[in-house]
Amino acid sequence: MNSALIGMPLAAVGEVGEGFFKKRTEGSLGCQASETHLFCWDWAKDNIDRYGTPTLQQFELVIISVLIGFAIAFALALLAQRFHLLRSPLLAGTGILFAIPSISFFLLLLPITGRGRLTAIVALSAYTLQIIYRNVMTGLDNVPESAKDAARGMGFTDRQILWKVEIPLAVPEIIGGLRIATVSTVALATLAVFAGGGGLGNNVLNEANLKFPTALVIALVIVVLMALACDVVLLTIQRLATPWRRAPKAAA
Amino acid sequence: MAAGPEGGGVTATLLPHLFGGFGGAFEFILHKQSSNVTGGNKVGGLEKTLELVWTQIYVSALALALAMVIAIPVALYFGHRGKGELIAVGIGNAGRAVPELVVIALVATVIGVGVPTLTIALAVLGIPSILTNTFVGIRQVDRATVDAARGLGMTEFEILRKVELPLSVQGILTGIRGSTVNIVATATIAPLIGVVTVGDYILGESIYGADGVLAGAIVVAILALIFEFALAGLQRRLTSKGLQLQAQ
Repeated sequence: MNSALIGMPLAAVGEVGEGFFKKRTEGSLGCQASETHLFCWDWAKDNIDRYGTPTLQQFELVIISVLIGFAIAFALALLAQRFHLLRSPLLAGTGILFAIPSISFFLLLLPITGRGRLTAIVALSAYTLQIIYRNVMTGLDNVPESAKDAARGMGFTDRQILWKVEIPLAVPEIIGGLRIATVSTVALATLAVFAGGGGLGNNVLNEANLKFPTALVIALVIVVLMALACDVVLLTIQRLATPWRRAPKAAA
Repeated sequence: MAAGPEGGGVTATLLPHLFGGFGGAFEFILHKQSSNVTGGNKVGGLEKTLELVWTQIYVSALALALAMVIAIPVALYFGHRGKGELIAVGIGNAGRAVPELVVIALVATVIGVGVPTLTIALAVLGIPSILTNTFVGIRQVDRATVDAARGLGMTEFEILRKVELPLSVQGILTGIRGSTVNIVATATIAPLIGVVTVGDYILGESIYGADGVLAGAIVVAILALIFEFALAGLQRRLTSKGLQLQAQ
């Protein structure tokens, strides 16, 4: 079992490797002796730089994956809005992708896309499809018929109605979906380490840190803070994009 | 160690690569393979795989039961009273931001290894989905219906059991489904907490080789999809006819 754990991390640490051997000072070793402490400030101060690159990697994975996922899901939703026959198949299809456990997804892509960021991005964007697709559909479905009628009465074409009436009115739900997708992707990206995609999983899945609470707590805090920050940014965008909605009630 | 394709070469050689990679994995699931670290002991094979699958289902079921026992009554109570909406929705949102890998590793180091610890950790990860969806399901029951039931002289408990519960089955089952898929998926990394599930193939690349890792991924994916489809079917069957008509 022990050797089982060592095998994976060494292969997965990859590019953060160089920082890994650089800075293991005596102070941090003293901390490791008292493993029972939930958090050791000395070690944290000494080793926080090891979290820099993985944090950036994780953030990058999230941004790229969510953007790709959003573009695809949004296009699919518009397609389904146009051709109603596609609605259920698309919902079911994205649902199946969503149900595959993320670790499996990362690993199953390995023979196809190889170890690395590409695999992580493909899997992570696939996960956002279901959430965003469903929210865009709900948003578009909830646009009141009267608003569309009014636009039609003013001489809007179908295309204008879509882009100037329906989509703006659906913004709260669309960004609501984007928020859920982004927050879950931040957490999921921790598993990108299984695809060799970098990220904070590197700071968790290695032999030394796996048994050292402080190292894990730091990773946990960074992930949760990143998710929170993304959520706040998107919530702000949602408020700015919908000035007509006085009540600041989140769609999520 | 079996040579898994290591990146690159995606274009012309894609197909043989693809079948080569997955073929070895299926071979690993079905028949024992020799490993170069276990000193001649063979690894993998159908019997071992099924044993690991059984462990994964078993610990997942335990955790799901615990999560349901905690989350459903709490959500029913607060949903019926109409209190704690912010907290219920907040827990659901917070649950999404939690990286399972880190939590499982942390629980293993701080609390210790074993089935009870794992059950609690998985249950904690499964609670948000059930709690939030059950709460929202109860809250979405038409207040007029509840008032009518009250007017008929039903006690609060009867209202909950005979009116709100049947009408919110959809929400409850959506929650259970989400949490089941999450728990089964997370049980994959249970070896970190000392319980050997199918995830052992995945975490033990040095023993099982690339084929073993891929085999683990395939088995876990199939397992999760079976649960997803079974629960989706159950959800369809448990929805009352009236609600099904409404949805159409």
